[in-house]
This record gives sequence, structure tokens and C-alpha cells, in this order.
Amino acid sequence: MSTTGPTGSAAPAAPAHSPGTSGRMRRFAALVLKESTQVVRDPSSILIALVLPMILLFLFGYGVSLDATRTRIGVVMEAATPVIRDLAASFQASRYFEVEVGQDRRQFEDRLILGEVRGIVVIPAQFAAEGAGRGTPTIQVIVDGSEPNTASFVENYAQGVVSGWARMRMTDVTGGTAGQPAISVEQRFWFNPELASRNFLVPGSIAIVMTLVGTLLTALVVAREWERGTMEAMMATPVTAAELLAGKILPYFLLGLASMTVCVLVAVFVFAVPFRGSVLALYAVSACFLVPALGQGLLISAATKNQFLASQLAMFTGFLPSFLLSGFLFEISSMPEIIQYLTLIVPARYLIPCLQSVFLAGDIWAMFLPHMAVMLAIGALLFVLAARNMRKRIA
Amino acid sequence: MTAAAEAPDLVRLEAVSKRFGTAPPALDAVSGHIRGGEITGLVGPDGAGKTTLIRLMTGLMQADGGRLEVLGFDTGREAARIQRAIGYMPQRFGLYEDLSVAENLRLYADLRGLPKPERPAVFDQLLTFTDLKRFTSRLAGRLSGGMKQKLGLACALLRKPRLLLLDEPSVGVDPISRRDLWAMVDDLTKEGIGVVWSTAYLDEAEACDRVLLLNQGKLLFAGPPADLTARVAGRVFKLAGGNGQRRRVLAAALDRDGVVDGVVQGDAVRLVLAPAEDEAALARQVAGEGHRIQPAEPRFEDAFVDLLGGGPGGRSALADAATPLPMEDTAPVIEARGLTKRFGDFTAAEDITFAIPRGQIFGLLGPNGAGKSTTFKMLCGLLKPTAGEGRVAGFDLRHAGAKARNRLGYMAQKFSLYGDLSVAQNLAFFAGVYGLSRRRRRERSQLMVEIFDLGPHLSMSAKDLPLGLKQRLALACAVLHEPEALFLDEPTSGVDPITRREFWSHINGLVEKGVTVLVTTHFMDEAEYCDRISLIYRGHSIALGSPDELKAQVAGPAAPDPTMEDAFVALVRRSEAAVAA
Repeated sequence: MSTTGPTGSAAPAAPAHSPGTSGRMRRFAALVLKESTQVVRDPSSILIALVLPMILLFLFGYGVSLDATRTRIGVVMEAATPVIRDLAASFQASRYFEVEVGQDRRQFEDRLILGEVRGIVVIPAQFAAEGAGRGTPTIQVIVDGSEPNTASFVENYAQGVVSGWARMRMTDVTGGTAGQPAISVEQRFWFNPELASRNFLVPGSIAIVMTLVGTLLTALVVAREWERGTMEAMMATPVTAAELLAGKILPYFLLGLASMTVCVLVAVFVFAVPFRGSVLALYAVSACFLVPALGQGLLISAATKNQFLASQLAMFTGFLPSFLLSGFLFEISSMPEIIQYLTLIVPARYLIPCLQSVFLAGDIWAMFLPHMAVMLAIGALLFVLAARNMRKRIA
Repeated sequence: MTAAAEAPDLVRLEAVSKRFGTAPPALDAVSGHIRGGEITGLVGPDGAGKTTLIRLMTGLMQADGGRLEVLGFDTGREAARIQRAIGYMPQRFGLYEDLSVAENLRLYADLRGLPKPERPAVFDQLLTFTDLKRFTSRLAGRLSGGMKQKLGLACALLRKPRLLLLDEPSVGVDPISRRDLWAMVDDLTKEGIGVVWSTAYLDEAEACDRVLLLNQGKLLFAGPPADLTARVAGRVFKLAGGNGQRRRVLAAALDRDGVVDGVVQGDAVRLVLAPAEDEAALARQVAGEGHRIQPAEPRFEDAFVDLLGGGPGGRSALADAATPLPMEDTAPVIEARGLTKRFGDFTAAEDITFAIPRGQIFGLLGPNGAGKSTTFKMLCGLLKPTAGEGRVAGFDLRHAGAKARNRLGYMAQKFSLYGDLSVAQNLAFFAGVYGLSRRRRRERSQLMVEIFDLGPHLSMSAKDLPLGLKQRLALACAVLHEPEALFLDEPTSGVDPITRREFWSHINGLVEKGVTVLVTTHFMDEAEYCDRISLIYRGHSIALGSPDELKAQVAGPAAPDPTMEDAFVALVRRSEAAVAA
């Protein structure tokens, strides 16, 4: 063991540290370097910043579609007349349904309750006669009202099939000079539906991904420093609270943008989502969104100092609102009025329309600019609160 | 202060108080001073206020009352200036586990503003000093406890501080590393650096130049430790030759007037007597026939207990209420046969073999991470051995784990109680888990409440209890079902000496009734209570025997009367030498 002291200097006191800007820059650079090294080495950061976003993106790209396709239904022919057979064949030919044909509705009732079929189309025995005779022919559509999306889908498409069939028949019968169709036509503009929903879901999920990195990951890493006692060791050095905050913000800001970039590349090149705006607009709105996202993460971790609590809070105040109250999955205009007001403080609400325009419509700066301003304002507020909570004090 | 002329005070405390919420004050009007060129021990059990006081000195926390001056600066207004001139190693060392040794050093060098040109020399010196040169590229998370501690120290020393604050630096570190660290810190004081070393280990207090002894936020003593031990000088005796009856001898002695304190020490009993005209005569009287009585060197802990008004009596109401178990049954109650546990290519425990006969205390002694907890968990059926077998009360843990577990009581490290349940709910829960009948449940819970004096706290949440009460409750929960084997994992870690004595009175009493005890500890004093000890080091049992046998193995002309820690250090070095050869 050495018998000399660590510095070997004879001076009894450490010279006062120069508080100038060079010291500040060096401390800041050291903190950024430390943080970046940790991100690269810590599997959980990679998981949240890259793996989770990919899972989400593929989930929304492939798994979730607001439009169902190939829905299984039962078609009941109460009689086997040629007209009824013809209509049943139209159902079978529809690309939206997977059809089982039966003679009695009872054979489908239990299966409807079990969810094995999503609806029952009953073509009554007198259908042909009615169709030929007076007015609109009646078919019965039975659906499971506990799943309203699927129910209305089955209902609408069944109607579509019937009207399509009727028009065809009319053409056949009258030899091309169809008058007013015997069946009311209510054709929906749902062409190529799964592609349409992907086109607005994928840009929306990029907002969710940035919430994950900005809020959840940031809250976790700061809380972890409290738990492991490194924050305390940091604070007992000449580092200032502002430097500590800035040292956290920059790496995760860049990581958030990187994560977003990867997502955009996947969206455009894997899911073939159109990209009609400019790259500049994309980064501008994303950067503005990361300000409140990071501010929220820092505020959560400064207030809780505990990873478990921080992750719960990040989920409930960051992730879920971005998911539910941002207009990503649910139209804000169809929410109860009070909830609509609540969405005003959810930063993702301002990002998602911007992203959707950048992808699908193009640069609409008239919309981007006010939205960016609101995001920055929310962010500034959160930062002030975070800085107040994170003074250089343990308790 | 008369001595202040030679070394200036680095820290002055004037009636410093700190309170958190409505709890009793964490620090209650503490006054004192800390000098340069000395190691000042901040000594006291967990919850005494040590960490709070250190944080106040760093300026990271503000006192509610009183004045606190560090290096001439007020901690309230000039915290930044203090932070530039001190070195601070918090508990768990404040290292980034994802960064390598060199990266941690570089980070702290940047934060502390160590000029670039000076770095190579300083790093080189510190790495040599801490013996970490070979490990500069290793991640801090993969260092052993002792190495982490040295790196933490190196980071705190980057710009030679005038005051070095170390918060419980020896927790989780083996005795050898602890001695190394002490020697390093001692070197620093020669250059005039003031060192504050906080600890719950009272043997460390003896080595300090000065001590601030805290208990429940109050300063009990300030000054050189020898001044405190002087108060029990001539009143400490060792009773040897008790013929294996030490537990009974101790219990009887503690109940006599004139006996302040007593502990088991190997096969002997160590007593502190009340001041009397002729203490030696009193000792003879207490000992009765058949004992050799020797005056013993007073220790800091003796004086601490004396200062607190003496230890508890020797009778254990818990043992009195216990049903005696048939002692003539000679089959071992707990048995380990070649227990081995591997995690991947890491062997946590290898070929551990021992047998504990009824009515004995067996200790697994070793530093954190040595494999004692692994062995322990295999024996109470919490971990499946890779090879070998464990038996408790005759049941093979692999096939009859549940039956075996019903015969044992388990007290986990840190007293794992349900923090959000009240004391009464914890008792009810454990009674239910052990399947006691409704009537017995009521009887036993009632008994535990009386024995451990839990009555006033029944509706308190377990997490809000003071540490000593937590420990009592944990023991109560472990013995509710009258187990014949007790597993104690670090049972008295961090608790105050009075509570520790009370605890051992219960255990000793139960053992006399035929209960068999397996205890893990890194605490050398606790090892003295054991009938036999297995020294666990790096997954191997490197020595097995009674405490006196182990000590005798290392006794020599240089150390005729080694302590348990001396024995530990010597045996570990011997085993390392054997491995190297």
C-alpha cells in the first residue's frame, strides 16, 4: 500500500474551483458523456428506446386495424329458392365475410353468444316473393351489441351486400335500364379500409413512442440515480442543479429524435405510409413535443425518486393520456365535453394532427406553428416545476 | 477546547436539530466538533442520526435548528463552497455501475474540475493507492464490495479534500477490505485531512481518534473512545471453564444485582459489573464454583451499554413459555450434505457439509457475497441445490419441503415483515400461514404480544416501527408455531446493543430448551454465541469448528489472544495462500 496521499500535494487545502464557463462546459460534457455511455450499455434503455417502439409500430401497423376484414357470419336460408340461394352466394363472394350457410337460425345462436360468429343474416322464406312484389325486401341481421364496432360493421356490410346484389339483379332483369333500385343503397366509402387506418395509426404511434422515450425513460433513469445513491454523490460535487438537469435533457432529447427517425423510416419503407410533408417539419414538430415530454419525465422523477412509482406515474400521466386523449385512437370531437377540455393539456394532442399531416397531407405550417407554440408553453411550465423540485437538496 | 490549538476544527456543530415529519427528531440538539488530521467516528445503531448528520455537513440537507459550520462556511448559505472542498462517499459508494473504473474516475474528475494535465499523475496515484490498477476497464457493477468501496473512496479523493465524509463505508465489505480501507484512510489523516467515518460497528469506534456517539438522535458521548471505555475499567471479567454451560451461566449472571451487562464469548462468558468496592470479589461471587475468573480488557461496547444503563436481564419469557424438546434425540436436526449451487458458470456455494445436533447454534460466517445466504436458502428450501441435499428435522427438502418448512422458523434479512400490515395483522398472518388452529393462534399471538411487549404498538404499521421493535416482531412471527429449528439471517444487523442482547437472551433460552439454530452473520461478535461456525469464503467452507477452536488455530506468539475477526482474516489469508500454491 502506498504511504503517500493520493495527490501528494503539500498544500493542505484544495484550491477553490474556478466557477467559470469552462468548468461549467466541462461538467456538462462529462454528464452528457456519462449519460450516453449508460444508455448504450444499459439494456433497459435500448429496450424502451428501440425495441418497444418497434413492437408498438408493428402492432399498430399489422395488428390493430379499426376496420375488420373477413368477419365470420352465419347466413340462414329459411328456404332454398333460387333467389335466396343467389343472395347467399353474394354473401359468400364478399371479401368482407367468411360465410357459413345454414337452414335454421338456432344453429348459429349459441355460436353468436360464444363469439364464434359475429353476426347472423337471416333470409326469410318469403324473401323472394317480397322482393319481386312490393317495396323493399326484408332480411334480418342479428349482431352482438356488446361489440358495437363489429356489430355496426356487420350491419353495414350486410346492407351493402344486399344492395349490391339487388342492383345486379335489377340490371339482369331489366336488361341494363335500371330505375330506382328496389333496395335502398347506402354504400359506405370504406374502400381499402385496412390500409387507410394504418396510414393514420402509424404516424400516431410515433407520438406514443416519443412519449415512451421522453417521459418514461427519463423518469426511470433519474429515479434510478436516486435509488442507487449516485444522485447524492453527484450533488455533493460542485455540479449545479441546472447542469444536472441539462445533462439529462440533451441525451434523451437526441435519443427521442433518434427513436422517432427509426420509426419514420420503418413507417415509410416497411408500411409504405406516404410521406408528403418535409423532413424539416417532421423534426420541428417532434422537437417541440419532446420538450413537454422530457419536462414531464423530469418532474415525475424529481417528485418520486423511486423507479416503481416513477414508472407508474409515467404510465398514467404520460403514456395513457397520449394514447386515449390525444385523438390517436378516439376522435376528440366525439368525447364528452369535459374530457375534451382535459385533452387540451395533453401534449400529444397537438403533435398527432401535425404528424398525420406531415405524412398524409403535407406541410401545413398554419396548423403546425400554433400547435408547436402550445407544446413549448406546456414544456416550459413543466421545466419550471421540475427545476423547483430538483434543487440541490436531499430532503 | 484546549486541544484545538494543534488542529483547527473543520466542522462545528452547535445544537443542531433535524426532524422529519412528526417522528421523533432524527437529530436532537447535537453539538460537537470535528478536527483535521484525525478519524472521527460517527458511531451509533441504525436510526441514530448518522446519515442525517453527514448529509447536513455536505449541505445537501438543511438543519431545522442550531448552527452547522463546515470549513468555516455556513451549510445553509454557502453549500456550494463546502461542496467544492469536501470529499463525500455516500452509502453504496455513489458509483455508476454501467461505467468502468476509469470512466467513473474521469466523470468525477470532470465534475470536480481536476485540471487535465494533473490527471494522469493523480489517477495513477489513486489507482495504486486503492490497488485497482488491474481493473480500470472493468465495469463498477462487476467489482466486489471491497473494490467498489475503494473506487468510491478514490472518486471522493480526486481533488484532495480537506474533509472526507464516509457514510458507513464498511457495510457489505469483508473484514480484510475493511482493514485495507482503514489503513488508507489513516494515511490520509497524516496529511491533515479530517475524516468522518460513520459506523454501526462498535469495534470500529475503538480505532477512531475521536468519537461522536449517537443514539436515537441524541449525542451520548464526544471524545476519544478510550475516555468512554475508561468508565468500565476494572469492571470487566471473563468467566472461563464453564464446561459448556455458558448460556446458563450468562442467563443466571445477568439476573443478579451488580451485573450490568454480559455476553457469550466462545466458551467463556464476559461480564461487566456495576461499580463496587471490590469488583473481583463480586465476580467470584457471581461466578460461583468451577470458573476461572480473569479481568478482561474493557471495550467500547461495554461502555456504551453501561452508558445506556446496562443490558437487559438474562431470563427469556419466550424460552420459559417454550415446550422443552427431547434432548436425548441425537439425530442432527439440520444437515447439509455436499450442498452445491451454481448460477450459470458461477459457483455460489460448493460442497458445503455440516450437521447440527439438537440444541446447538451453528453459524455461517462470511462477508457479503461469500455464499452464506445461498447455503442458508438451500437449507430452508427456498433455493434448489444443483447438487447435494439438505435435511431439516429428518425431512429431505427436495421431497418433503413443505413438511420441513413447517418445522422451521425463518427470520429473513432486514426482518421482511409486511410493512403495510399492522403488528397484530402480521402476527395473525404468520399464524395463519403456519396453519395454527384458531385457539392456538389466539393463545400464541397473545403470548408473543406479552413477551415482546408489543401491546402499545398493535395497530401500528410494521414499516413505521423503530428497528428494534421490528426485530422483535420478526422474531415473534418466526417462533409463533414453536418451530424446532430456527433460521436467522443476519438477525441483529444494525440494531442497538441492548436490543441485540435481548435477542440473544431469547435465542440462548430457546436453545437450552432444545431448539436448533442456524444463523448467518458477518458480525464477528455474533459468531461468539455459536457452538460451531463454518467460515464461508468465495463459496467454500474454509474452516469449521467452535469459536475457540478457530481462534486457537490462528493464535501465535504475535497474537496470543486473537479476536474472532483476527481469526477470520488469518484463515482467509491462509486459504488464499493454499489456493495460490
